[in-house]
Amino acid sequence: MRTIVCLKRVPDTETRIRVDASGTRIDTAGVKWVISPFDEYAIELALRAKEAAGQGEVELVSFGDSATQEALRKGLAMGADAALLLTGEPSLDGLATAKTLAAELKGSDAPLVLFGVKAADDDQQQVGPMFATLTGRACVTGVATFTIQGDKVVCEREVDGGTEVVEAALPAVLTIAKGPHEPRLASLKGIMAAKKKPLVEKPAVVVPSRVRVRALREPNARPAGRIVGQGPDAVTELVRLLRDEAKAI
Amino acid sequence: MADVLAFVERRDGRIGGAAFEVMSVAVRIARGLGGSAHALVLGGPGTASTVGDLARYGAASVSVGEHDALTQYTPEGYAALLADRIRQGGYAAVLLSASAMARDLAPRLAALLDVPLATDATAVDLVDGRILIERPVYSGKAFAQVELEATPVLVSIRPNAFAASESVGTGAVSVFSPTVESSVERVRVVGRKQATGGAVDVAEATVIVSGGRGMKDPGQWHLLEELRDALGPGVALGASRAVVDAGWRPHSEQVGQTGKTVAPKLYVAVGISGAIQHLAGMRTSKTIVAINRDAEAPIFQVADYGIVGDLFEILPRLTAEVRTLKAGS
Ligand SMILES: Cc1cc2nc3c(=O)[nH]c(=O)nc-3n(C[C@H](O)[C@H](O)[C@H](O)COP(=O)(O)OP(=O)(O)OC[C@H]3O[C@@H](n4cnc5c(N)ncnc54)[C@H](O)[C@@H]3O)c2cc1C
Ligand SMILES: Nc1ncnc2c1ncn2[C@@H]1O[C@H](COP(=O)(O)O)[C@@H](O)[C@H]1O
Repeated sequence: MRTIVCLKRVPDTETRIRVDASGTRIDTAGVKWVISPFDEYAIELALRAKEAAGQGEVELVSFGDSATQEALRKGLAMGADAALLLTGEPSLDGLATAKTLAAELKGSDAPLVLFGVKAADDDQQQVGPMFATLTGRACVTGVATFTIQGDKVVCEREVDGGTEVVEAALPAVLTIAKGPHEPRLASLKGIMAAKKKPLVEKPAVVVPSRVRVRALREPNARPAGRIVGQGPDAVTELVRLLRDEAKAI
Repeated sequence: MADVLAFVERRDGRIGGAAFEVMSVAVRIARGLGGSAHALVLGGPGTASTVGDLARYGAASVSVGEHDALTQYTPEGYAALLADRIRQGGYAAVLLSASAMARDLAPRLAALLDVPLATDATAVDLVDGRILIERPVYSGKAFAQVELEATPVLVSIRPNAFAASESVGTGAVSVFSPTVESSVERVRVVGRKQATGGAVDVAEATVIVSGGRGMKDPGQWHLLEELRDALGPGVALGASRAVVDAGWRPHSEQVGQTGKTVAPKLYVAVGISGAIQHLAGMRTSKTIVAINRDAEAPIFQVADYGIVGDLFEILPRLTAEVRTLKAGS
């Protein structure tokens, strides 16, 4: 079975985000780039599905600039079989990204296309279900684990206070959340093997963005807080402040 | 086209706080545009009898779609029906609350309507006739102000980030009976594990009591549960990733970059160091309290109030004093 995983290259989560002189973009100087964390979970689940079936391919697709090759190589080193880089510049318009991906993958016979629930840069949480709607596939969001059973995929997703078991007909789109299976680290052997795996690069279908970024700003600094005191004796004062000053309780 | 639609969600059969927040924003934008704000609610038979309060928050009309098949959220059925109503209504903007359901529904709706979507807005303002939306990016490490160049402007708003303000609306309720093809659903819920009814979703709670590795042992969580109960209804438990990865707490409670982004009125961080990925998920909380024995812990840099000391001594005292306060009020 073929599984496609869509991944995005984003700044490492440790990155301190600074706005550049344009006022609408981040300053990328010194930024370390990684596969968006939920996309790594998606790769992990795709590899597990392949292992469980004893056959199949995991293919990675990303829409981004040429430097995204590095992220794709990392996914190949984890164990994916092939990668496709659609070169272009993703915007804050998730629907435009979904259309770009759909233009490439609409005719694909892959029964499963996996997305992360959200990309760690724009935090939009939208490309997966948009892609599913555009390509006419069933879609389950926020999946922690799944198994393929015949022409169905059976997913577990977290809901308030419990786990829901959801079944979807294939072909399907799943958006992957953090689940019980931590993404594997690439082994040395995997890194060597990845160098020989196919990584195809071609220009992305350009879809104009209809989201105009007027400004990007760093968060307001929180007003300096204070240490109310040491140990349990400070509790009385804390409760008073919460009630009278913050009006929080 | 100056009218605004608020798609309003019910919880446990009731219209609640998040619905009033969406309604209030819709009213403010609609008034600025010289139009009016309308509410749309979907649900099973009898839903119409539960929507009366929307008029108090300024709804000019409340349209209620009732059908057996709408009792539970179904992705494709809800999306198709909503898209249809929105097309007919010709709205300038459509707003919904960024709830668990909206995260699933709104992108499908955007694709059906062929309009961009701004999720999780923390500000929505009308400036010179344009709807400007501010939303967190990079897990709250920055905010982007965006404009959507399409109609309707489709926005989900972050729970607790907007005030629910009362205003007078006619709120005339009309009921319609949509045709719902249940056969279109290709996704079915077939089971639920360890359902613990009534738990408050951490992403929507107004108060969160959150525990980290400093709690030492999952057996100590009763200390946080007691504080939660003392603080009253609408309070959720949260957790750091360290304790989720250790299997002490379910992932649904995780706050941060790979968990939930929250903005409650009060966030109490207990035994949490305040790693950048944790702060990303909670730094926009209104009031932050930190309890940690390490005075240098980064959590104190975002905390409004901190107590340095042993949480096992501090928590029971805090719970007791909150209980006393609540009993007296
Ligand atoms: C890609 C990525 C994504 C991540 N996403 C998240 C995320 O979503 N959410 C998240 O939380 N983390 C996330 N992390 C992990 C994060 O980096 C930290 O490892 C984690 O938040 C630490 O959890 P903690 O504060 O509970 O534990 P620790 O850092 O170990 O802190 C424990 C704290 O408890 C205090 N303490 C100990 N005993 C006591 C006592 N008796 N009384 C009072 N205080 C005490 C200590 O002083 C310490 O400050 C992510 C990391 C990565 C790389
Ligand atoms: N430029 C992109 N290229 C490939 N996949 C993407 C891209 N942008 C988003 N995605 C996928 O869509 C998911 C959700 O992204 P978002 O809706 O932007 O939060 C990501 O986790 C990826 O799986």
